[in-house]
Order: sequence, then C-alpha cells, then structure tokens
Amino acid sequence: MVGILEDKDRIFTNLYGFHDWGLEGAKQRGAWNSTKDILSYGAEWIITNVKNSGLRGRGGAGFSTGLKWSFMPKEVKDRPHYLVVNADESEPGTCKDREIMRHDPHLLIEGCLIASFSMQAHACYIYLRGEYVLERERMEAAVKQAYEAKLIGKNNVHGWDFDVYIHHGAGAYICGEETALLESLEGKKGQPRLKPPFPAGSGLYGCPTTVNNVESIAVVGTILRRGAAWFASFGAPNNAGTKLFCVSGHVNKPCNVEEAMSIPFRQLIEDHCGGIRGGWGNLKAVIPGGSSVPMITAEQCENLPMDFDSLRNLKSGLGTAAVIVMDKSTDLIRAIARLSYFYKHESCGQCTPCREGTGWMWRVMERMVKGDADPSEIDTLLEVTTQVEGHTICALGDAAAWPIQGLIRHFRHEIEDRITLYRSSKGNFAGHTIAAE
Amino acid sequence: MAVRRLAKEQPASFTFSAETLEKANWWIAKYPVSRRQSAVIPILWLVQKQEGWVSEPAITAIAKLLGMPQIRVFEVATFYTMFMLEPVGSAALIQVCGTTPCMLRGSDALMKVCKDKIGPKDKLSKDGKFTWQEVECLGACCNAPMAQINDYFYEDLTPENLAQIIDDFAAGKSPKAGPYNGRHTSEPLGGAQTLLDPKLYDGSAAKAVKIPNAPEAASPGTEVKA
Repeated sequence: MVGILEDKDRIFTNLYGFHDWGLEGAKQRGAWNSTKDILSYGAEWIITNVKNSGLRGRGGAGFSTGLKWSFMPKEVKDRPHYLVVNADESEPGTCKDREIMRHDPHLLIEGCLIASFSMQAHACYIYLRGEYVLERERMEAAVKQAYEAKLIGKNNVHGWDFDVYIHHGAGAYICGEETALLESLEGKKGQPRLKPPFPAGSGLYGCPTTVNNVESIAVVGTILRRGAAWFASFGAPNNAGTKLFCVSGHVNKPCNVEEAMSIPFRQLIEDHCGGIRGGWGNLKAVIPGGSSVPMITAEQCENLPMDFDSLRNLKSGLGTAAVIVMDKSTDLIRAIARLSYFYKHESCGQCTPCREGTGWMWRVMERMVKGDADPSEIDTLLEVTTQVEGHTICALGDAAAWPIQGLIRHFRHEIEDRITLYRSSKGNFAGHTIAAE
Repeated sequence: MAVRRLAKEQPASFTFSAETLEKANWWIAKYPVSRRQSAVIPILWLVQKQEGWVSEPAITAIAKLLGMPQIRVFEVATFYTMFMLEPVGSAALIQVCGTTPCMLRGSDALMKVCKDKIGPKDKLSKDGKFTWQEVECLGACCNAPMAQINDYFYEDLTPENLAQIIDDFAAGKSPKAGPYNGRHTSEPLGGAQTLLDPKLYDGSAAKAVKIPNAPEAASPGTEVKA
C-alpha cells in the first residue's frame, strides 16, 4: 500500500475517471445511497453531524462547514434561501474540483441536495470557471440524469423540491472570492462586496446564501453515510478527514491524490509522486497550499504534517492543498515574480492598495529577477506588501503580498546575490534605478 | 487589471442565430424572472461561439435581449478576459498557461513554439488561422504544461507535441484533447497506485447501509421535514 489512506476509505473513487461518471456508475460506487434516510433525520441532525465530522472548508480558508451552514436563518421568511457552490477553481496549483466535476459529478449533486435541505434552500447554483468547458458539459449531463431519475427537481423521490443550475464565469480569478462570485452570478463585474452583510444574511439576489467549495459539498454524502466519527478518524485533531492533494511542479510524477489529512509531506511526495526530481536532497522550496500562501523551505518540509494547523505554525497555510514543489534548479525570484504578475493581472481594481500595489510589486519583482535593484529596495518591497495586506475588501491583496513575503523571509540572500551579480556584470555602475514610478 | 478595449473596426450589425437565441433563452430560464441579467456571461459566451469574438453590435443586442443598460454589458465584456474583443484565428485560439506551476514544467518552451510558428502573441496570424495568448492558471496544474485550444485542454505537452497539434489544426484536423504523455487524466505517470481495490467497483457500495448515529425516533421512510 502507498500512503496512509486505504482504498476503502477514499471518497472520490473515480478520481482519475477510469470508471463510469454517469448515474449508474456513481450509484454502484455508493452515491445516492440512503440519501432519503439522511434527509429524514432532519436538518439539525445533518448540520450536527457535519460539524462533528470536523470537516473544514476545502476552498482555502478552512472554516468549519457545519458551522457555516448553521449561520443561515432558521426559518425561511420573505426571501428564499440559496446554496451556491464555488467551482471557480483558479488558485494556481489547484486542480481538484475539476476531477470531482468531470469524474464524480453525482457526489457533488447529492451533496448539494443534502446541504440545501439542511439550509432550507430549494435552489442551488454551481458556478464553474468559464475555462472548464468539458467539466461544465459533464455537470450539465449529470444534472440532467439526476432530474430524469427524479433524484432532484419538483416532486423528487427525496421529498424536498430542489433545483440545481449550472452557471459559468469567464476567466476572472477574483470570482473565486465568494461575494465577487455572487456579483458575477448576478451578471455584473466580479468585484467583491463589503462585509457585513455576510452572504448568510444577504447574498445572492439579496437573499440568505451559503457559498461552499465543490470538495466541501461533494464529501458530505459519504461523511453522513459512513458517520462523522469515521471522517474524524483521519488526520490530526482539528484537521480531520481525507483531502484531495494536487501535487505539481518538480516531482517525478505530478498527480492528484486523496489522502488522509496530516500525511507527512515527505510521504505524500515519495509514495504518490515518485519523489522529488533529482532526489529528496534536490528539494529547494515548496508552496504548500496554492499560490497565495507563503513558501516554505526544504528543511521545514522534513517532518511536516500536511494540515491546516501545522502549516499555519510555519507562517504558511494548507489553502487548497495544492502543493507546488520547486527543486534546486528553480529561479525562485522568477517563480514568485510570475505569481506577482498573476495577481496584478487578476486584481479587480476596486481597492487602490491592491490595484496599484499589485502592479508596483510586480514591476519591482521583475527588476529583482534581473538583479537590477538596490539592496535597500528589498525592505521597501517588504514594506509595500504590508501596506497592501489587510487594507483591501477581499483577500486578493493579502494573497499578492504573502508569496513575496515568503520569498524574502526565506531566500533574501538569493535576491541580494542576484543584485550583486548584476552589479558585478556592469563595468561602471552608476547608482541604482529608482523603484517603479 | 488588464486594459481591454473594443476593437477599432466593428461590424455594422449583429444578429442572433436561431440556435444561439434558443440557448440564450435556456440560460435565461435558469434565473428568477426579474434576474435576467444573470445570464449575461453565458450569453456573451454563446455570442462568442457564434461569431468567434464579441463585437459592439453584439453587446448592444445582448443588452436589449436582457433588458439591461448597454454599459453594464460593456463592463462585463471588458472585465472578463475570456471574451475576445477582436477576431481570433479561424483554425484555433491557443491559450498557453504561463503561471508558475506550468512555468516550472516548461511553458516557456511552449510559448516559443507558438511564437515561432504563429507570430507575436495576442495578434492574429498573417494567414488568419491562429491566435495565441499567454493566459493565467487554467486549473490543470498536475498536467502541466498545458494549453487550452478552442474549448478543450491539451495537457502534459512538449514543444514537439504542441508543434504537431498546431500543424494538425492548420491542416483542418481536430487533434484529440487531454494528456499527451500517455496518462489517462491526472493519475501518476505509469499508472494509478490508488483506487485499485476491486471492492470499490463491485456494487457492494450500493447495498443498503445503516446510517451511523441515526436518531432513534426517526426511521427510514418517515416524512421529510426541514
């Protein structure tokens, strides 16, 4: 056996798409089994059990899913309730929801029904990123199958009228932020809303809304079928469950894999991904949770459990569990400069610190890549990241700041060396250029 | 932020094809009656599928169809980068992912192939057949480097693969999408090492289960109440 998790405990049994994604195949693998019984135990029972399972949101923030559901109003008043599934998977490094949607779509649809029922929502919108055309076609087909089998829709076999609608975006990373997603779903530019009011009070069309990640919703059916205690038995305390890891970059065999939370980093890489390219000793740095979290060094990875709390203790984060591995051949400054470009490109432009700051940071990073900078500018750059961080409506400003902070925290010497090298290549150095603009 | 403007040269008019209009109405029906505007992104996309790009007359027509101010449609069309505001290659629109996970695995070499074979990025090729762009993370990082060509993902590419794919499109063929290194999807190269237990697929998971922690009062089949 490789890794920690046994096959019998995997939720996404068609992760790689070797089997039938359709309704018949999904039922054979356990989807839609006893869903009616689960609903018959009532909303409160569902929410309590999801809470007890220790499931923390899989979209990056890691907030308790059951607790989030409990924030919805207990009674439906004049406004309908909505569930919105965030399938705008765009965090660099992350490619897990895609596999759920194209290979196990019925687990997601079943989860939508259970979650919506527990929040008294009769309608759910699944917002896919626009680029996922195949995944959207697959989801539409699976939803159609579910309607035809009367699993969802009016007067379905589960006794809870429920509609699922597939929606899509058109290439804006920011729409992964929940309120930007709601704006986009309402047919507007994806610019995040000020909070409060939170979506549970006023979300889609001003109605009570909960926005959950695809993975968070798709695991719910299996958790309830097998029991909260089963799910909670994996991973360190407070970091429960199984998790899809997306490993990319300089490993011998990049792949998606479902593993137990808190699996040691080294075991994840050695067992599932064929090890680091060039051997363990060739590891330089890792971005452990998608591009937004600060990188950590090879030394920190030695005995690292891959979970929320362990990574937070290293001033990084599990994020979406998208592990980007970089070996010693990597130009780390360029790798981070490319991310800075990404955030500059994806800033929605609403808040000045982010709109101006992401561009400024990118331009300075590009000079750092060449070494065309003054060593004192490293501190200036660091200072600017803290001016952007925490001063914007949404977390994109933070996400743009953290990768640079991680780079400077651990590899400041590389930037300094680059500057020295650049200067030594110039016969006659006439002072440093000033920061962009 | 990216500065995006409508093309200087615009067609005189735009008409929805019958097929586009039918699909547009199918989208509109997904949202509450008073919220037709929600369909604006899907309909812009349909129009792009029909015409290859989004023109100013099309924006006006969509505004009319959805009963929303033209400026709001304009705003959406320029905000979202998947909307092409100028005509693109008739054979293929090639969007190479250049973000860090793909960069680490060789997207620079893919973009060089595009540049050599097609020309500068974001410009229609001389023969009008191709446009190529560098785009941001497409969410297939375990299959890096990759490119989206027209609608689908071409993954685990090498410069040689991509050159061949471009030649195939130029010759009017439709090369297959998916991984190009022998993988099925995102399993490890050489074959999956997990999900091999035959019991997962023998139907045993479909047999009736006893739900753990079920409340004592309720029993299966009782009336569903929220």
